[in-house]
Amino acid sequence: MDLAIVGIAVLWTFLFGYIIIASIDFGAGFFSAYSEIANTKHILHHIIQRYLSPVWEVTNVFLVFFFVGIVGFFPSTAFYYGTVLLVPVSISIILLAIRGSYYAFQTYGAKDSKFYIFLYGLAGLLIPASLSIVLTISEGGFVEIVNGNPKLMYEELFFSPLTWSIVILSVVSVLYISATFLTAYADVAKDYDAKGVLRKYALAWSGPTILSAGLIIWQLRQHNAEHFQNIMDIWWMFGLSGVFFIITVVLLWIKKYYSLAFWSLIIQFALAFFGYGISHYPYLLYPHLTIYDGFTNDAMATALIIAFIAGFALLIPSLFLLARLFLFNKDYVRGEEKRRY
Amino acid sequence: MWEYDPVMFSRILTGLTLAFHIIYATIGVGVPLMIAIAQWIGIKKNDEHYILLARRWTRGFVITVAVGVVTGTAIGLQLSLLWPNFMELAGHVISLPLFLETFAFFFEAIFLGIYLYTWDRFENQKKHMLLLIPVAIGASFSAFFITMVNAFMNTPAGFDIVNGALVNVDPLAAMFNPATPTKVAHVLTTAYMTSAFILASIAAFQIFKGRDHIYHKKSLYLMMKVGLIFSIATVLVGDLSGKFLAEYQPEKLAAAEWHFETEEAASLLMFGYLDDEGDVQGAIEIPYMLSILAHGDPTSEVTGLNEYPEEEQPPLIVHYFFDLMVTIGMWLTFISAFYWLAVRRKWKVIKNKVFNFILVLSGPLAIMAIEMGWFFAEFGRQPWILRGVMKTPEGATSAAYVDTMLFLFVGLYLVLGTASVIVLTKMFKKNPVERELEDHAQERGEW
Ligand code: HDD
Ligand code: HEM
Ligand code: HEM
Repeated sequence: MDLAIVGIAVLWTFLFGYIIIASIDFGAGFFSAYSEIANTKHILHHIIQRYLSPVWEVTNVFLVFFFVGIVGFFPSTAFYYGTVLLVPVSISIILLAIRGSYYAFQTYGAKDSKFYIFLYGLAGLLIPASLSIVLTISEGGFVEIVNGNPKLMYEELFFSPLTWSIVILSVVSVLYISATFLTAYADVAKDYDAKGVLRKYALAWSGPTILSAGLIIWQLRQHNAEHFQNIMDIWWMFGLSGVFFIITVVLLWIKKYYSLAFWSLIIQFALAFFGYGISHYPYLLYPHLTIYDGFTNDAMATALIIAFIAGFALLIPSLFLLARLFLFNKDYVRGEEKRRY
Repeated sequence: MWEYDPVMFSRILTGLTLAFHIIYATIGVGVPLMIAIAQWIGIKKNDEHYILLARRWTRGFVITVAVGVVTGTAIGLQLSLLWPNFMELAGHVISLPLFLETFAFFFEAIFLGIYLYTWDRFENQKKHMLLLIPVAIGASFSAFFITMVNAFMNTPAGFDIVNGALVNVDPLAAMFNPATPTKVAHVLTTAYMTSAFILASIAAFQIFKGRDHIYHKKSLYLMMKVGLIFSIATVLVGDLSGKFLAEYQPEKLAAAEWHFETEEAASLLMFGYLDDEGDVQGAIEIPYMLSILAHGDPTSEVTGLNEYPEEEQPPLIVHYFFDLMVTIGMWLTFISAFYWLAVRRKWKVIKNKVFNFILVLSGPLAIMAIEMGWFFAEFGRQPWILRGVMKTPEGATSAAYVDTMLFLFVGLYLVLGTASVIVLTKMFKKNPVERELEDHAQERGEW
């Protein structure tokens, strides 16, 4: 198989991993802040803290992995995206910094500050919004080449309906993914009050998620006809994704099999995310950069893939251990663990 | 008139982010090792003071890690945002260690999470301590890999340029370029040394304030000992770094030494200033020393700066960076050796307030040496971003608003820096050692 495809497939998979676990994290932060106003703090706070604290740093590394990897496999992305993304990504960095430091300062440090909790909850929604700009830009039409250097057209970007649909999708799907996961988590923890609240959130955000996804496809038809055509060619992936969406919602509705509901959500998003990725092929940035003209040399590509396999072999057991200790350990989830190792 | 110059703002922003990240990164590399040492001694001697040391350091460490991670994420992205042309070229040759670094981050982050949340889940403390090993290894490896990238910028290797195109790329040769051995060794030893002195400073500060619990004394003595070992290692590796420079980057060494004419049996100049004629005034001169530093032979020849065209000479200010770093290195070696002797011989001076205050300064001095060392290494590479291949302005972004971003980040670092200091002090003030020791005794029913 062709090395460029292996490279982009690996990176896309890690990006998917980041999107799922970061969504859980961002949404949870938002619900936690919201619970301060809605007076449900006593119900939600405990469950959210227990899940989030041990894994936030790992979440961040998924993002780091993606952006380091893409410059490694496709050095030209540094030139195109690096130049145009200065402002949007700098804003994301600052938002990420607010959230990252929250954990440390709040969880281990000084007493609760309401202001910081709100900032933190809000940052969780603004980060996906600001990062999703990258996807919008990749659709083309927002970058012009001036004297050989790419330039971002801020005004077109700001007034494009596509930008805002993608922003909306990123925000609502964060809330939907997160609420569904936390419902299942609360169910395992036998925290029925929290489960009740979270299940309502999950149902409430399911509709907006599917609507905004549909809206984007509809808008691509005008914005990038080539991409739209590619999507139509693999329409079955998106159709199947819709089926899994319905399964999740039904399970949540009938209050059964919450874990299954969450896995079905993962499949739904995976199908849509990979469908989007495949239909984007071969472009990294319409119409300037494809994965082939941006690809690194063969020696580096081979070295990176070998490094990836070796690193992955180390990573999988460690991630598994982490999940076993904190996610799937019923005693930990319920807060009943004892000394027993 | 204010003229927008993206190159200048990119340089300032990069330097600022790195100077800030390096403080937290150094702590991130060194402190896990110190925690492991304390916990190990605690288990071996069955002394709960050392266990408590490990616990309290860990709590503080979490705060510094968080700032390390956010600033690290910032610099990682900024490399592409501010230096897109450089990263496009360098990405073809040196992305392997950057990529490997992310696995080191994964490893460190995963086990740190587990370590932090399992203090009370293990019956057997030794098993818990084992979790620190991957944390320490992960942290040291991230320093290892990133330093390779920086070494590559100083002595690029592993590729050829034919008609403007990169060919014959060899990722391993690029990673193990001539600068790698000394640079990696120096960065690691200084990280361990600096972390030890920072922790020693904290203990010394408690003693200085009049606390005389044995806990603080144990901490101070242990960290001074570890600091001494690593500062000796630092001076030795620093000497090797000098020899590396003499062979591969002679212009950097010459600029650091204000050594203009090539000559034999060269002497080392400390401090001083340049007068209007460009002559060195008021410097301390140590005969033969530069030749020794450069080649290990007092009569050897050392290349002077005038051998290089003017536009390829590094800025002369690096002289002060270099001198400060070396002076601090010598001083810390001396003071930790002196303290160690004083404790063993039971000299009275260890009770002296002024002396304790001098010990308090070790940590801040070590951080300052780290900063000076990097400023020396980075300014000394100028005007090159990739020595001999690409000049700094050619690597920079052409984007607008770099200046605005600079102001934004200055604000961010101010907030993060102040907040981390406030949170750390609050955390330990709220929960003094004495009380924590009592609580532990109570828990075990010894009260
Ligand atoms: C606690 C910090 C510290 C201390 C006490 C010293 N250094 Fe250092 N030095 C560093 C921290 C550092 C550093 C921050 O780690 C640098 C910057 C870049 C690098 O590779 O290491 C460095 C760079 C650096 C370089 C430049 C390497 C290059 O640019 O490739 C030389 C020649 C020395 N050092 C030599 C010494 C000598 C002879 C010392 C004698 C006492 C010394 N250093 C003490
Ligand atoms: C961590 C400690 C470091 C510090 C404190 C530091 C400091 C600095 C400073 C002060 C500058 C500005 C130099 C000038 O404008 O004259 C600079 C430039 C730069 N550094 Fe470093 N640096 C560090 C490590 C690194 C590493 C590990 C890398 C690469 C992997 C790196 C890459 C760069 C780049 C790309 C520039 C901009 C280009 C240039 O001015 O040469 N630095 N750094
Ligand atoms: C251009 C230079 C650098 C880049 C691009 C960089 C990148 C990063 C990134 C992306 C992270 C966050 C990782 C995470 O999410 O867990 C990080 C953290 C870290 N960096 Fe840097 N870094 C640089 C310089 C350095 C240097 C010079 C050192 C060591 C001497 C260092 C040591 C560390 C360590 C140990 C961490 C883990 C955080 C901690 O434990 O405190 N970095 N760095």
